[in-house]
Amino acid sequence: MTTFHLAVITAGVTQPSSTRLLADRLTEATVRALAPSEVVVEVIDVRDVAHDLTNNVLTGFASPELQVRLDAVVEADAVVVATPVYAASYSGLFKMLVDVLPQDALRDTPVLLGATGGTARHSLAIDHALRPLFAHLGALVAPVAVFAASEDWGSVEAGRLGERIERAGTSFAALVAGHRPERRVDPFEDVTPFESLLSGVHR
Amino acid sequence: MQFGIFTVGDVTTDPTTGRTPTEHERIQATIAIAKKAEEVGLDVFATGEHHNPPFAAPANPPVLLAHIAAQTERLVLSTSTTLITTNDPVRLAQDYAYLQHLSGGRMDVMLGRGNTGPVYPWFGKDIRDGIPLAIENYALLHRLWREDVVDWQGKYRTPLQGFTSTPRPLDGLPPFVWHGSIRSPEIAEQAAYYGDGFFSNHIFWPASHTKQMVQLYRRRFEHYGHGGADQAIVGLGGQVFMRKNSQDAVREFRPYFDSAPVYGHGPSLEEFTSQTPLTVGSPQEVIERTLGFRDYVGDYQRQLWLVDHAGLPLKTVLEQLDMLGEEVVPVLRKEFAALKPAHVPDAPTHASRLAAAGGGHDATVHGVDDVTGASPEPTDTTSSTNTLEVTT
Repeated sequence: MTTFHLAVITAGVTQPSSTRLLADRLTEATVRALAPSEVVVEVIDVRDVAHDLTNNVLTGFASPELQVRLDAVVEADAVVVATPVYAASYSGLFKMLVDVLPQDALRDTPVLLGATGGTARHSLAIDHALRPLFAHLGALVAPVAVFAASEDWGSVEAGRLGERIERAGTSFAALVAGHRPERRVDPFEDVTPFESLLSGVHR
Repeated sequence: MQFGIFTVGDVTTDPTTGRTPTEHERIQATIAIAKKAEEVGLDVFATGEHHNPPFAAPANPPVLLAHIAAQTERLVLSTSTTLITTNDPVRLAQDYAYLQHLSGGRMDVMLGRGNTGPVYPWFGKDIRDGIPLAIENYALLHRLWREDVVDWQGKYRTPLQGFTSTPRPLDGLPPFVWHGSIRSPEIAEQAAYYGDGFFSNHIFWPASHTKQMVQLYRRRFEHYGHGGADQAIVGLGGQVFMRKNSQDAVREFRPYFDSAPVYGHGPSLEEFTSQTPLTVGSPQEVIERTLGFRDYVGDYQRQLWLVDHAGLPLKTVLEQLDMLGEEVVPVLRKEFAALKPAHVPDAPTHASRLAAAGGGHDATVHGVDDVTGASPEPTDTTSSTNTLEVTT
């Protein structure tokens, strides 16, 4: 039976956080839809490494605490992301984590997008901010994404939010299950021979 | 094993006094530091190459190194690093060979790419070509020191026809070359291919980077037939600040750390010392930390420390050198020597390489035409074929 490694990046900063709640529910829906395959979930709560992210930007390397989280993203078969919408876009902390991911970390990786905001009028932040970002990173972005506004959590809309999460999880699971990831090249293991470098052949 | 210091030549405000040295003061301090290094019994002084503020390191290191060579007796002079990307390899071949003659062979070179983007266009280059520039430029430099007459065509400089780089290397022995890189496997591969040394900057970065690069270099060194992996020539950087008592060192160094251009306003001193080789403490702590480097890079040949940065006053730097010379290096020499197996070589010097080559010879190439300065015809077999046919 296949085992999938799912990394979940959540950028809410309050405790408890509706962004974390959305991330958890998207994850649960995905895990359910991938059954009976086993799913190993690794949650990266950006708040836990907020200072480490700043330090990484300044020094160019990750603290051990941040490094294990970056490794979890790099090694994941699929990634769920959830960010609050601040000033019409993803939060700065969320973007800092994305900024310090190794190059090509998410290339060809299925990604499910989620965002939260105070009002449904921010819904399109997913499409005008998150989608272009992950397109740039070369991720396989799931077509169905979920935006959860404050009103979605505490009204009749809440029922609909559950349906939207379920639908997103189901279609994302299909994307993940049908994806055959290419083996990542380790440039330290599979070193380019010098003769190739000399003749101008670069990977 | 060789021990020494390397400088980046930064002109930084002393955060405890608010005073910034002038370029002239910084340059004079660098010379005083180098002379002190010899005086306290260190083996190597290396200077960075810089082309922009806040640095007063030479744009052409041989200018500084020749000056120091004239005022020292034993010190090996090196660079940290010489930019192989933005310099014309022809000028590198000539300037460093000249330095070799001036210093009586007391020199070697460490090549690096340079990671300051704006520098590249000042010399007509592009930082995105960093690796290919390092590969091509060194391929030419390597030939210019080994072949009297070179025909060359590459991507990054004008072609050469029948060119002789002068002066020829001292005793016919090209300067020893180290290649420095933090994370690029291509450069470890390059060093291994040529059987040159590999230097890991080691400072400002976690040890895991250094370990990965050195392991790759050692493995490929053996692959290319230069010897066993444990016989490859490895150098490491390090960064120390010492006082007799550990707490005094931390207290005195903290303001310099907190506002240093490289890591200031980022991680705490405690985080940085635990995550990188930076050691702030007693001489004994520096000894223990340095011996620990061997655990992840193996037996190595050269240890250089950065001691004169972040606005530290000259007086303090000279005190650091006293401690290195009196308390740290004598212990490390003894400890490392006891650990090193006999088949692992020492750091190459002009004398040791000359002995290995069975002696040297004068390599002067005399011009054949004083008016045009034309170089002699190549003396290799392909070009002498015609002559042979005529005589037989």
